Amino acid sequence: MTVQTFFHRRRSRFLFGFLFFSALYYGAATLVDYHLLNSFQAIPAAFAWLATNFMPTTRSMAFLPLILTKLGQTIILSITATVIAAILALALAIIGSSTTGLNRATKLLARVIASICRNIPLVAWAMILLLSFKQSDFTGFLALFFGSFGYLTRSFMELIESDATAIYEALSTTGASYLQVVLRGIIPSISASLLSWLLYMIENNIRDATLVGILTGTGIGFLFDLYYKSFRFDLAGMTTVTIIVAVVCLELLANQIRRLIR
Amino acid sequence: MIEPITDLTNTAKKPPIRVHLWNRRQKTMTATFAVLGLITVYQLATISSANIHFWPATIAFFKNAQLIFLQPGLSGTDSFGSLLSALATSAALATLTTLLGAIVSFFIALFAASNLANRKIGLLIKTVMAMIRAIPTILWVLIFSIVIGLGADAAVIGLSFHSIAYLTKAYAESFEDLNPEAIEALKATGANWWQIVFQAVLPSSLPMLLSWTFIRFEINFTNAIAVGAAAGAGGIGYQLFTASSFYFDFHEIGVIIYLCLAVTACLEFISVKLRKRYLK
Repeated sequence: MTVQTFFHRRRSRFLFGFLFFSALYYGAATLVDYHLLNSFQAIPAAFAWLATNFMPTTRSMAFLPLILTKLGQTIILSITATVIAAILALALAIIGSSTTGLNRATKLLARVIASICRNIPLVAWAMILLLSFKQSDFTGFLALFFGSFGYLTRSFMELIESDATAIYEALSTTGASYLQVVLRGIIPSISASLLSWLLYMIENNIRDATLVGILTGTGIGFLFDLYYKSFRFDLAGMTTVTIIVAVVCLELLANQIRRLIR
Repeated sequence: MIEPITDLTNTAKKPPIRVHLWNRRQKTMTATFAVLGLITVYQLATISSANIHFWPATIAFFKNAQLIFLQPGLSGTDSFGSLLSALATSAALATLTTLLGAIVSFFIALFAASNLANRKIGLLIKTVMAMIRAIPTILWVLIFSIVIGLGADAAVIGLSFHSIAYLTKAYAESFEDLNPEAIEALKATGANWWQIVFQAVLPSSLPMLLSWTFIRFEINFTNAIAVGAAAGAGGIGYQLFTASSFYFDFHEIGVIIYLCLAVTACLEFISVKLRKRYLK
């Protein structure tokens, strides 16, 4: 291939990509009636509005203890949902991964369960669970649980397949039993990555807890929705600020832990 | 039979070999797992069930799940055609958000990547992006729908904020993974910064950028469903919300879930292929 044909091909590929994505954009924009300029002009207005209405006031300072308690409950609930999901996901991943799977049936079963749990949107889980578990913390817990369970099972399976295959083979040849291989070989060798995934998922679930809370009427999401819908925007702003602080702090803490266990 | 020769080599008693070194890494891990475990046990012991009895609720859940998953059907308010067009709306919202997010974050990421731009500016951009990421997507959409009004404009802008923050981080990390020699070689030829970006950085990181963008498209699709349900911003999420909260039409919920499942399963299939090819 000469230099000319290389650059010619590259240019035509870029042109094709550009045309394809432009067509995609215009198709989608006309379908939902979206106006780029309109919405971009709204950004400064939105921030000006935020600065005047979401500013914490003396009233919102008075509500701070309540907001913080709800936020704390939400964080604890998210951690619990993630930990339980991780324990069950690990068990399912071990019996279902292509390295350590028990047999064909469990491998297939694990993949199907993970895929279904993961691909049903969190909103759908929240709505289905709300119908039977009503407006309780348990609904929020279960919705977060199902959302993270599928995701974690998938990730753990990939983790075992990429990181623990050699250990599995090495320990199996020494004559160790299946349980010994799993408990003494596989789990210790992937526990650092496991923890890293767990922390990532907790962070994610605290953010998702807001969405689930709005839909199911629990936790910090419910509080935000309540203030938002009763036009008490200073309180809604205070809630948002506490969420930002909590998520950023947790992210920093998680990064610190990741650095220590590397 | 070979007798063990312990008495020949038996000298002073050796301490047992420690398989698990009790170092800082091990301590951090044990402590973190212990804290998370304690929080879980505490929460499970004190979870508020708000007068919901667990077993009847579970049985009701399985009955509902049976209606939803085994007998999907449309009898009430929405026709299959209207659900399909709502699904297309959700997909279109996700497409717009991803495209806009990808273009904007490409340019922001150029200034955030430590090998292409000033480190201080990069750090500043990364900090701002971390704060934007900390705000849940749904809150962005709700905030923008006050100012612009409910609809596609608010949904796309609100969803874009989170997309931009996510993609900027992913893109900047892809740029930082680049081979520094390619950049240096172009610098030596006297290429200016934009030439370096478009002749070296973009072509060699394009596969990674595309994979990340597609992963974000998957996330944006579920987010588009979520804003339809929680912010009334259009799309199939809204139908899901009305079917389950107003009409209690379990059969229709089933159809909606199967539609979403079909789309997300296809997207997952494609993104697994892309990830295996480009992100390892």
